[in-house]
Amino acid sequence: MKFGVVQFPGSCDDHDALGACERVGEAVLLWHADPELHGVDAVVIPGGFSYGDYLRVGAIARFAPVMESVIEFARGGGLVLGICNGFQVLCEAGLLPGALLPNTSLRFVCRQVRLGVVDRESPFTHRCPEEISIPVKHTTGRYYSPEPVRVLLRYAHGENPNGSQDDIAGVTNAAGNVFGLMPHPEHAVDPLTGSTDGLRIFESMREYVDSHVLA
Amino acid sequence: MAGALRARVLIRPKAGILDPQGQAVERALPALGFRGVENVRIGRLVELDIEDPAQLEEMCERLLANPLIEDYEIESDVPVAT
Repeated sequence: MKFGVVQFPGSCDDHDALGACERVGEAVLLWHADPELHGVDAVVIPGGFSYGDYLRVGAIARFAPVMESVIEFARGGGLVLGICNGFQVLCEAGLLPGALLPNTSLRFVCRQVRLGVVDRESPFTHRCPEEISIPVKHTTGRYYSPEPVRVLLRYAHGENPNGSQDDIAGVTNAAGNVFGLMPHPEHAVDPLTGSTDGLRIFESMREYVDSHVLA
Repeated sequence: MAGALRARVLIRPKAGILDPQGQAVERALPALGFRGVENVRIGRLVELDIEDPAQLEEMCERLLANPLIEDYEIESDVPVAT
């Protein structure tokens, strides 16, 4: 099982994401200007500020050469995980419904949050318990969608850090192979930092890919 | 750029979308003595020189705005400042 972690100019969680993936499988970085996916079995779009997010979060990154290939990979059923800025990029690219707006507080929020795992049968969450605790750190995380969406994660009661609609923290697409979330599972993979709950998401992906590729 | 026209695109949050930046300004105005102000909404303005203004619509749809959360208004006959 080989993960590919996309690296844009301005990505800053790419190495934590790479480290998280390496705990459960092989992992390589995918440079934004290279359209080749190098035979990866799943793609992770990490957090950060792709291309500086100068216009609108995620708006410019979606046109990167690597994204053409990621979009094709996702349409073919490949697993794609977008974390924080990665979630924003997937929404702008049309792989996920909705958009991310500035936090209602207008403040950068950085803290641990408890999340309810609403759907524990998805390729991304089948190894998760009912509740996980992982950090958020963002200024633009208020999820909004005018259409009903498939929710995988919600902020626990009283934990919503950004004013997102219906406490939504993470959504998947209709086909269920693309997942975006604002919290950072890659920052919660080592007991040193207080929680290893984030690892369950990477393990879920590995098991899903292993069982489907070998089956 | 020869033959270019100045255009202006006004981008604003769609009706019904909470605009906390507008709310913050609305709350700040009374502190300066300005009364009777409500419904403050903050968007952004893109000005550009363009040879073919017919491209503006697609530019807005694909990059300048996110039509899910923002409305845009194109003004394509803006006098060029000298």
